[in-house]
Amino acid sequence: MEWEIVIGLEIHAQLATKSKIFSGASTAYGASPNTQACAVDLGLPGVLPVLNKEAVRMAAKFGLAVGARVSPHSVFARKNYFYPDLPKGYQISQFELPVVEGGRLEIQVEGEAARVIGITRAHLEEDAGKSLHEDFHGATGIDLNRAGTPLLEIVSEPDMRSAKEAVAYMKKIHSLVQYLEICDGNMQEGSFRCDANVSIRPKGQEQLGTRSELKNLNSFRFVERAINIEVERQIDVIEGGGKVVQETRLYDSDKDETRSMRSKEEAFDYRYFPDPDLLPLELDEAYIEAVRKTLPELPDEKKARFISELGLADYEAGVLTASRELADYFEVAARVAGGDAKRTANWVMGDLLGALNKAGMSITESPVTADMLGGMLQRINDNTISGKIAKQVFECMWSGEGDADAVIDAKGLRQVTDSGAIEKIIDEIMANNPQQLEQYRAGKDKLFGFFVGQVMKESQGKANPAQVNELLKQKLV
Amino acid sequence: MTAMHTKTIAQLSAALHSGEVSSVELTTLFLERIKQHNPALNCFITMTEAQALAAAAAADQRLKAGDAAPLTGVPIAHKDIFCTAGVKTTCASKMLDNFIAPYESTCTAKFVEAGAVMLGKTNMDEFAMGSSNETSYYGAVKNPWDLERVPGGSSGGSVSAVAARLAPAATGTDTGGSIRQPAALCGLTGLKPTYGRVSRFGMIAFASSLDQAGPITYSAEDAALLMNVMAGFDERDSTSVDCEVPDYSANLDNSIEGLKIGLPKEYFDDGLDDRVARVIDAAVKEYEALGAVVKEISLPNTALAVPTYYVVAPAECSTNLSRFDGVRFGHRCDDPQDLFDLYTRSRGEGFGAEVKRRIMVGTYVLSAGYYDAYYLKAQKIRRLISDDFRAAFETVDVIMGPTAPTTAFKLGEKADDPVTMYLSDIYTISVNMAGLPAASIPAGFADGLPVGLQLIGNYFDESRLLNVAHKYQQATDWHLQVPAAFK
Repeated sequence: MEWEIVIGLEIHAQLATKSKIFSGASTAYGASPNTQACAVDLGLPGVLPVLNKEAVRMAAKFGLAVGARVSPHSVFARKNYFYPDLPKGYQISQFELPVVEGGRLEIQVEGEAARVIGITRAHLEEDAGKSLHEDFHGATGIDLNRAGTPLLEIVSEPDMRSAKEAVAYMKKIHSLVQYLEICDGNMQEGSFRCDANVSIRPKGQEQLGTRSELKNLNSFRFVERAINIEVERQIDVIEGGGKVVQETRLYDSDKDETRSMRSKEEAFDYRYFPDPDLLPLELDEAYIEAVRKTLPELPDEKKARFISELGLADYEAGVLTASRELADYFEVAARVAGGDAKRTANWVMGDLLGALNKAGMSITESPVTADMLGGMLQRINDNTISGKIAKQVFECMWSGEGDADAVIDAKGLRQVTDSGAIEKIIDEIMANNPQQLEQYRAGKDKLFGFFVGQVMKESQGKANPAQVNELLKQKLV
Repeated sequence: MTAMHTKTIAQLSAALHSGEVSSVELTTLFLERIKQHNPALNCFITMTEAQALAAAAAADQRLKAGDAAPLTGVPIAHKDIFCTAGVKTTCASKMLDNFIAPYESTCTAKFVEAGAVMLGKTNMDEFAMGSSNETSYYGAVKNPWDLERVPGGSSGGSVSAVAARLAPAATGTDTGGSIRQPAALCGLTGLKPTYGRVSRFGMIAFASSLDQAGPITYSAEDAALLMNVMAGFDERDSTSVDCEVPDYSANLDNSIEGLKIGLPKEYFDDGLDDRVARVIDAAVKEYEALGAVVKEISLPNTALAVPTYYVVAPAECSTNLSRFDGVRFGHRCDDPQDLFDLYTRSRGEGFGAEVKRRIMVGTYVLSAGYYDAYYLKAQKIRRLISDDFRAAFETVDVIMGPTAPTTAFKLGEKADDPVTMYLSDIYTISVNMAGLPAASIPAGFADGLPVGLQLIGNYFDESRLLNVAHKYQQATDWHLQVPAAFK
């Protein structure tokens, strides 16, 4: 039997507001436990939620960026359940009427055709606190710093057909929310995490299979791994004559397996109903248009521009627009370099990303700034240094020896373009290697490279390679 | 100091401003009266003597310095549902017997700012759930007109204290009649403002879409003075309404010549005690004598108000009270074995029977499979009830009728029969469902017990209600009657 995999994702993106969604407490990460939880976050009696307008603006921005409808009327609801890190005994979320409905996003898995993934909805909600089970000697510690942090839950249609597609979609959303500056995308700190709904069905069958929900996947690698393992498990169950049951499963990255958390029968009845402490959220056309005006150039638009205006290949444009920081870096470097965007692209994707990768750094931490890289490329373009010398300059810049001009001056790396000087070196080499000269002239063309090498060596790499070629061709004859 | 305890707020304010009496003297007088009479009435849960005397001394300074507001130095009692920083706030529940809020409710903060002096926190039905003040963890409150009778509820402590002249005024809250019904049963003026007029911040929630704080006083004139302090938009309460606050004292004396009064025929049905009906009839005649025009109207969905309320209010309370889980504050059971045990025993021990009943009803009506049949349907009926009033106010200025179907009943009389108890709010509940303002004013006595006349106004028409009440009180003296034992 050939199986088709069906995946839908629920992504939780923590919105980058300064304060919480319903209180004035700070959302900064890493403070000591319970120091960023005010009376509202603690759920003390009599306190009331007040909606953070900034969170609404960010949700609207997201909606517009994925071509969704930003709802003129949405409603906050209470999702009721008891848990110690849920102070009020309910989470304020949106249920029947979310703020964003019906968007779409194009994804591409390398080597496959692009596909459009539907976005069912995105809604605003508050995060819960954290239960700490270690270091409390049989008791559980509660940290409510995270309680009330604004989240945008982005729910996709079950449109993905492989774990790779799921990852591509998640990466695309990850990049998008950072482009929009509505989420810092930090997965270690839990700012961006997802649940995956996974089912399988015989190829060609329209009806969806029974799904399981994989909880709290907080890295791209885990998403891919967990989905693949779950698919294998479901295939084994069905092919072994069993039935997949609807349940919530937890991915254990240490054991590399998924295991059941609770079945559908054990699922909570959340008793959703409109929160009477909050008015419905009304957004008029003027508001939505004002938010639309603040949209930056989006990844797909940027990619198209890099291809059409800067002449980059599809693949290069794709890599360079994967994150806003990288795209910004590239654009600054290319502008400073002046002309030849392709060369800038090669340097950014090759030497720079290679070095960052090796050092485990992100683009924003690069010791070589976009201005520095662009400055160096400018020196290649104006023939001050050769591409080969540039590698040396780049390494010096990386290790903190200043910008390209400073390095070139300090190390005397300026390219020799004075043909007299180059001719002088060539003459010396010819004089010192009569045997090779004779052989070359006798027709051993391969020795041309030997002479180039000798000249470059003698000039300590500084001779302009094109000029060296030209002059050698004239003189060796 | 002669009979200062029977004076209205307006009179006390004048006496304080003229220097006839100091706030410390007044405060001392009322504190003494509380000490003397509270054992019999049980109307206070907490007395804040030291704070009151300090606040009174500060008020006297303000009065001397000439920067006093109308309520500066005036003693007042607050229902124990308002969080008061540093002072225990119990909501009359074992659950909060140990709770001291680290913040002040907007409502009480405004009184502090105005220089009013808090005497203490008054008893009430547990979490404001009740119509007789018998559900309090701290015991039942007595009606000063007859100590064997209930004062009404849930603001029973506030009305008992004011009626017995242990405080010249008090705050209350009204979710289904909890200001008006006890005001009626104790012969006081009580006003429930339009929903959203007074901030709910720091007021412990019973049913968020219905709760509203208001004044309990002798006269409409005093109610206006309190409303001038309490009313207003609060950015910490998203449901408070951002519209201009009038000077509620400004229009008290306006003529009511030609005022159109509607009498809903549904409010004069078989459930209404004849003796109460006679008092209401007489009050309406008095209004006619004052130049008002009376006509019968219909509010056809009145009978649906109580059942609808007992879906909506429990639904909201069932989740509002989820935060009382024994984890962060409030009552926690001894030696919990696990999380489930912590929850069930803390809540089981901390809540009283009526609160538990409503949490269970509310949980049921919000459950999957029942939500549409109960909660959603109730919301639709709520709309119909509002539409009834909307239609009525196209032809009348004020709606009048009885506040409660009977006078004060005996302690224990209805305690075991929730449905009969719920019916004592039959005339007040639809007002909360619609979010309208309404007042109860003393209109006479039946067999020695006070009867309240209810005045219902259009949205944000509190000024007119107070004006209509004040004109009646200029012509009558029912509101100045003091129970014999407390003169």
